[in-house]
Amino acid sequence: MSRYSIFSLLREGLNGQRGWGRAWRQPKPEDAYDVVIIGGGAHGLATAYYLAKEHGISNIAVLEKGWIGGGNSGRNTTIIRSNYLYDESAAIYEHALKKWETLSRELDFNIMMSHRGVLNLAHDEAEARQIKRRIEANRLNGIDSEWLDARQVKEFCPPVNVSPSARYPVLGGSLQRRGGVNRHDAVVWGFARAADALGVDIIQQCEVIAIKTRGGAVTGVETTRGSIKTPKIASVVAGHSSVIASMLDIRLPIQSHPLQALVSEPVKPAIDCVVMSNAVHAYISQSDKGELVIGAGIDHHLGYSQRGGLNVIEHALAAIVELFPSFSRLRMMRQWGGIVDVCPDASPIIGKTRVKGFFINGGWGTGGWKATPGSGHVFAHTIAHDEPHPIAAPFALERFTAGALVAEHGAAAVAH
Amino acid sequence: MFEIECPYCGRRDGSEFSYAGEAHISRPSGDEEISDEAWAGFVFMCRNIKGVQAERWVHSAGCRRFFNMLRNTATDQILAVYKMGEEPPEVEKQPLPSPSGESLGSGNDAVQVMGKGET
Ligand SMILES: Cc1cc2nc3c(=O)[nH]c(=O)nc-3n(C[C@H](O)[C@H](O)[C@H](O)COP(=O)(O)OP(=O)(O)OC[C@H]3O[C@@H](n4cnc5c(N)ncnc54)[C@H](O)[C@@H]3O)c2cc1C
Ligand SMILES: [Zn+2]
Repeated sequence: MSRYSIFSLLREGLNGQRGWGRAWRQPKPEDAYDVVIIGGGAHGLATAYYLAKEHGISNIAVLEKGWIGGGNSGRNTTIIRSNYLYDESAAIYEHALKKWETLSRELDFNIMMSHRGVLNLAHDEAEARQIKRRIEANRLNGIDSEWLDARQVKEFCPPVNVSPSARYPVLGGSLQRRGGVNRHDAVVWGFARAADALGVDIIQQCEVIAIKTRGGAVTGVETTRGSIKTPKIASVVAGHSSVIASMLDIRLPIQSHPLQALVSEPVKPAIDCVVMSNAVHAYISQSDKGELVIGAGIDHHLGYSQRGGLNVIEHALAAIVELFPSFSRLRMMRQWGGIVDVCPDASPIIGKTRVKGFFINGGWGTGGWKATPGSGHVFAHTIAHDEPHPIAAPFALERFTAGALVAEHGAAAVAH
Repeated sequence: MFEIECPYCGRRDGSEFSYAGEAHISRPSGDEEISDEAWAGFVFMCRNIKGVQAERWVHSAGCRRFFNMLRNTATDQILAVYKMGEEPPEVEKQPLPSPSGESLGSGNDAVQVMGKGET
């Protein structure tokens, strides 16, 4: 892999940009691999990268039915933070946040990581208490987290309406300064390029349609581009987790729902942090192009159509306009939906299953982007050792039988 | 969002209704003898079907009555509405183009990664 650097930029600038090679190969599927990863989103590609880099397993295929990053990776609002309530969640999200801090350098790809601060607003006393409790829990886990009162919120983010007569009065909020946003495509491409350089085959337009087993262990997959033998299959398909699991008659506690986001016309810099409000189901940041990036809530019915209801984005925009009256005349340019895989306790499922060689990573729901490098890292360990990584262990599927749920609705809900 | 035909009130905007999960699932019987697996299966596990699903809805901002519906969850097409306690009616099969329901990744035919004829 040729390194990207100031010198390669200069060289190609003088050379009319003709010398850039492909960032990853387009290999044909081989007959067999040591590990097959289903799903070429950021989590799947990160898993492949860490398997190759840290566990010396590089005979890997990542099978993607569409194009890499075309699922939720390419549809999310990229809000990153680690201020979750419970120790188990704090461990995994903070593991990821630490990796985000150095990922551009590690992948030799500018992921445009911007630690601009994430503000979670409280609109009533109960919510304020709940957020303060979370702040204390975060601090005990060594995670930066602070309470801002309404005046401090206004100083930190001037466009927010903190008037006491506002429709959604702002009592204060939590701030995680290390939180922020990054560029979704760059993360996908960075992991793809780095994994490819380590020998991973990234195979696009290759849909897994069946999984083959013998004696309770997987033996391979059937795809739209032929069959592939493998002793280990890792499903990282987000909204389609249940579809893949059903190929092995495994039931998951996951419900798939449409989740929508939208962007406004580009404007000059207006808001230099991320603001989220759990209570009104809206979250907002501004992209480097100047568009306001706004996330909405889920449609509550089960659905795979990647199209949510208009009433859901109307609700989000009504709340945004109340919180930021100065945005009321902006026009919205684009709107889209993804399929999110929601677990009853708003925490992911990472680990082994009752079928030998079948591993699952899913159920990240509305908030898995922030976990990408951490998720890939602990999942790679779990696959390589056939044994959960200590950070992944609490997120095993068995927790739903044992009753050891990691209930993160307060921290996760629909806000990210 | 779609419109839904309430069996009691007729056609209304979908936002008047609430989804109430997969239909025709019965609670395991036996109380104390129910194993943890069976109980987790009832409380948490679901089929999360992509394709035709029998599901319950309630007309929460209307008559507030529950009813059943057959809907293709891949397309949101509503195939039938029927009352609680009734068996789901026969409907025409809705074959999905592929297990994930799209002919090409994520339903976006505008993106072709491979050239024509490439496999
Ligand atoms: C609108 C929206 C906003 C969001 N905002 C945030 C946010 O601000 N912060 C945050 O932390 N999270 C957010 N999320 C959640 C986040 O996007 C996801 O949790 C995360 O991207 C999931 O990662 P992934 O790589 O597993 O999923 P994906 O990128 O969806 O990857 C899964 C891939 O599997 C492929 N696939 C499926 N079935 C098959 C098959 N049979 N064969 C082969 N391939 C298959 C799909 O095509 C897809 O590319 C948001 C999600 C949405 C939809
Ligand atoms: Zn009615």
